[in-house]
Amino acid sequence: MPAMTININGKDRTVDVSPDMPLLWVLRDTLDLTGTKFGCGLGLCGACTVHLNGAAVRSCQTTVKNAVGKTVVTIEGLNAKAEHPVQVCWRQANVPQCGYCQSGQIMAAAALLKQKPKPTDADIDSAMRGNICRCGTYQRIRQAIKQAAEVKK
Amino acid sequence: MNSIDLVTRRTFLGSVFSAGAFVLGARLLPAHGAGAFAGTAGASGADNAAWHPSVYLGIETDGTVIIVAHRSEMGTGIRTGLPMIVADELDADWARVKVEQALGDVKYGSQNTDGSCSIRDFGDAMRDAGATARMMLERAAAAKWGVPAEECKAQNHQVVHASSKRKLGYGELASLAAQQPVPKKEELKYKPASEYRYIGKDFPTVDRDDICAGRGTFGIDARMPGMVYASIERSPVFGGKLKSFDDQEAKKVPGVQQTVVIPGFKPPHAFQALGGVAVIADNTWSAMKGREALKVEWDASDHASYDSAAYKKALSETVRKPQKAARNIGDVDAEFAKGGKTHEAEYYVPHLSHAPMEPPAAVVEFKDGKVVAYAATQNPQAVQDTVAAALGIDKKNVECHVTLLGGGFGRKSKPDYVAEAAILSKAVGKPVKVAWSREDDIRFDYYHTVSAMYVKAALDEKGKPTAWLQRCAFPTIASTFAGPVAKTAQGFELDMGWTNLPFAIPNHRAENGPAESHVRIGWLRSVANIQHAFAIYSFVDELAHLAKRDPVEYLLDVLGQPRKIDLGSSPLAAKYPLDTGRLRNVIELAAERSGWAKKKPAKGRALGIAAHWSFYTYVAAVVEVEVDDNGKVRIPRVDIALDAGRVISPDRVKAQFEGAAVFGTGIALMNEITASAGAIEQSNFHNYRVARMDEAPMETRVHIVQSDAPPAGVGEPGVPPMAPAICNAIFAATGKRIRELPVKKQLA
Repeated sequence: MPAMTININGKDRTVDVSPDMPLLWVLRDTLDLTGTKFGCGLGLCGACTVHLNGAAVRSCQTTVKNAVGKTVVTIEGLNAKAEHPVQVCWRQANVPQCGYCQSGQIMAAAALLKQKPKPTDADIDSAMRGNICRCGTYQRIRQAIKQAAEVKK
Repeated sequence: MNSIDLVTRRTFLGSVFSAGAFVLGARLLPAHGAGAFAGTAGASGADNAAWHPSVYLGIETDGTVIIVAHRSEMGTGIRTGLPMIVADELDADWARVKVEQALGDVKYGSQNTDGSCSIRDFGDAMRDAGATARMMLERAAAAKWGVPAEECKAQNHQVVHASSKRKLGYGELASLAAQQPVPKKEELKYKPASEYRYIGKDFPTVDRDDICAGRGTFGIDARMPGMVYASIERSPVFGGKLKSFDDQEAKKVPGVQQTVVIPGFKPPHAFQALGGVAVIADNTWSAMKGREALKVEWDASDHASYDSAAYKKALSETVRKPQKAARNIGDVDAEFAKGGKTHEAEYYVPHLSHAPMEPPAAVVEFKDGKVVAYAATQNPQAVQDTVAAALGIDKKNVECHVTLLGGGFGRKSKPDYVAEAAILSKAVGKPVKVAWSREDDIRFDYYHTVSAMYVKAALDEKGKPTAWLQRCAFPTIASTFAGPVAKTAQGFELDMGWTNLPFAIPNHRAENGPAESHVRIGWLRSVANIQHAFAIYSFVDELAHLAKRDPVEYLLDVLGQPRKIDLGSSPLAAKYPLDTGRLRNVIELAAERSGWAKKKPAKGRALGIAAHWSFYTYVAAVVEVEVDDNGKVRIPRVDIALDAGRVISPDRVKAQFEGAAVFGTGIALMNEITASAGAIEQSNFHNYRVARMDEAPMETRVHIVQSDAPPAGVGEPGVPPMAPAICNAIFAATGKRIRELPVKKQLA
């Protein structure tokens, strides 16, 4: 297996794994970046959301070979001090309950705001409906996204 | 019945405190657990260690206050809430409080974070711990200054002598405080509520910032040096035994190390590992790929004919026939025999799966006869018991570290997955991580039971019930511990909203019929209250419409005048009677805040109401639904009113009820587990549907009744009223009565 180099959170990381391995498991098992979560393995729940070249993708559905030469940002790298407006507003709204899905929710929300700085409720639904929260924090997620949109203006 | 003692350092399992720290332990005897402790306490009373303190409060000499959280954090905020009570009573500066998670140990009392009882059972003990430490600090300062203790007052992490303006920090006083006599319970002086700094205020949880930064450590994130990863193939039919397997192809998958057979469980299954064939690999992906390449044959199981459609019919037949009465007041038969007007209906709730976002996960190392486990568990002591039994070792040799839980909802009270990791670690001689796939989670859950409910009422000329007969049948949770021989519901299940009907009806009979279990049955957030509340509050809404009356007004009428209902054998009946006045109050509050009187039903848009008393908390929900021409349901708004007695963390209580509204919406609209030929038909979120953002209530307004009553449950009681309130709203909006959950395509 040839070693592959991926830029993760601003650093080039070289990994020697099966090229078909989903990025999720490379992040979690090989690189110990466990902020990105496993939830379903089929791209149905959004817990594993990361940014690939700036866009939100499901890392369980992205093979490591498809990330070679691209930039990957995970929750650990979204902002060095966890001060991304989405994170700040997440804290203000006390969004998390168990917290497990929140990395994916935050990454999806950050990508949404980059694309649509002033999202409507329909925009939020459509961007976020792929991210399941079993604790049911959706209302505060919506509130935090709207707040972050204000901050980012 | 709490007492406090100074704790010697050797009684600690973990090295949470440094030498010289002032350490206090509160021993707890929750009302329902007292019996279990009797033997322990008496056995070695001379030994300080025998006090098994349940919570530790320590003050380091640098002033750091360490509070040990012994309950599991799965999103309720309990890891913050209980320590806040200690800190407030101690008058500690929260910024200098460090919360440490307890290992599993019987000395803490119950750690089973289940049943919405953490604050209820442990709040007073936490307060006692804080008050005791505060008084000892004050006495220490008094001794040092040679003044009466009454003149010394603990204030924000220091003790102050006002007249001489002297001050000493808690850290400076720690060693001296430890030498003070421990005040007796009756000596304890508590802070007046008006001086609370943390209780009743909105406070971020101790885990919030880590979570928002992706730093929270869950069970699936735990690591141990040299750890390997397992993926386990199990019988698709419950109880199927391994016939043969071929692992040649599996072993060819890069990264796969070996395969291990986990023996099948010995009935009854309880929390034992299910059994199966495990693929051990260098990483999760290789383990999963190796497992896909396994060829496994299973012997037929006794449960291979389990079919949900046929089972539903059988349950329906059961509830159509007289069954054993669990509560009987007056004479319903005589009332029905009068030949007046009656109404009857039957309801159905399918199996449900917990589906926490983090599937069951644990890392376990077995080495030199001892186990170290890191687990996402609601019940670390059950981990000790289960792992010890699986490996044939003493449970004292099982050290269970509790990680954050990525959701629990009752699933993670059952540590079968930790037993799997322990068995595998022993077999391979390395630490093993077991993380279930979503398919494993949905197919091998301890399911919420499947149920049928029949209700019949005799009605007077105004449409009010004069007799009320209700009959339910569902596989009992007891079958998990006794096997399929357990066929009738237990008292604790029937007391969840079935026998304790709060209505003022002179003739009432609640019956329960037999039902055999064919899968593992477990408790899921609010348990039997789910089906009971659905049947009762749907039926009372049906009666309201039959009587052509406003559903809120009718519900209040059926509830009758405020009174306390005798709950007979309930051990907490005296402290927590069912007070219909408080139930009426939350109904009126929810109706008022929702604008019930002003919002008249229109085609495709209406409000529905339901209430329920569970975990000693009174809840009413008014739900607004919109149903479009394709039968798609949207929920613009929910108003939930609750009376849970004294509230510690209002924002977290709100969050629990916001979440319960979503959880209950899932149960009402889309959650459904079915079996065919013994196997579960759902496998992941495409066919076990849960509420997503655009399906969840758009806005849930939570209205908390200010109360001085003893604190009651918060995590679960928001769930039961949701399904009937949604279905009642659907009826008002469409004329279609939903009697079977989930709604799914019934409106299309």
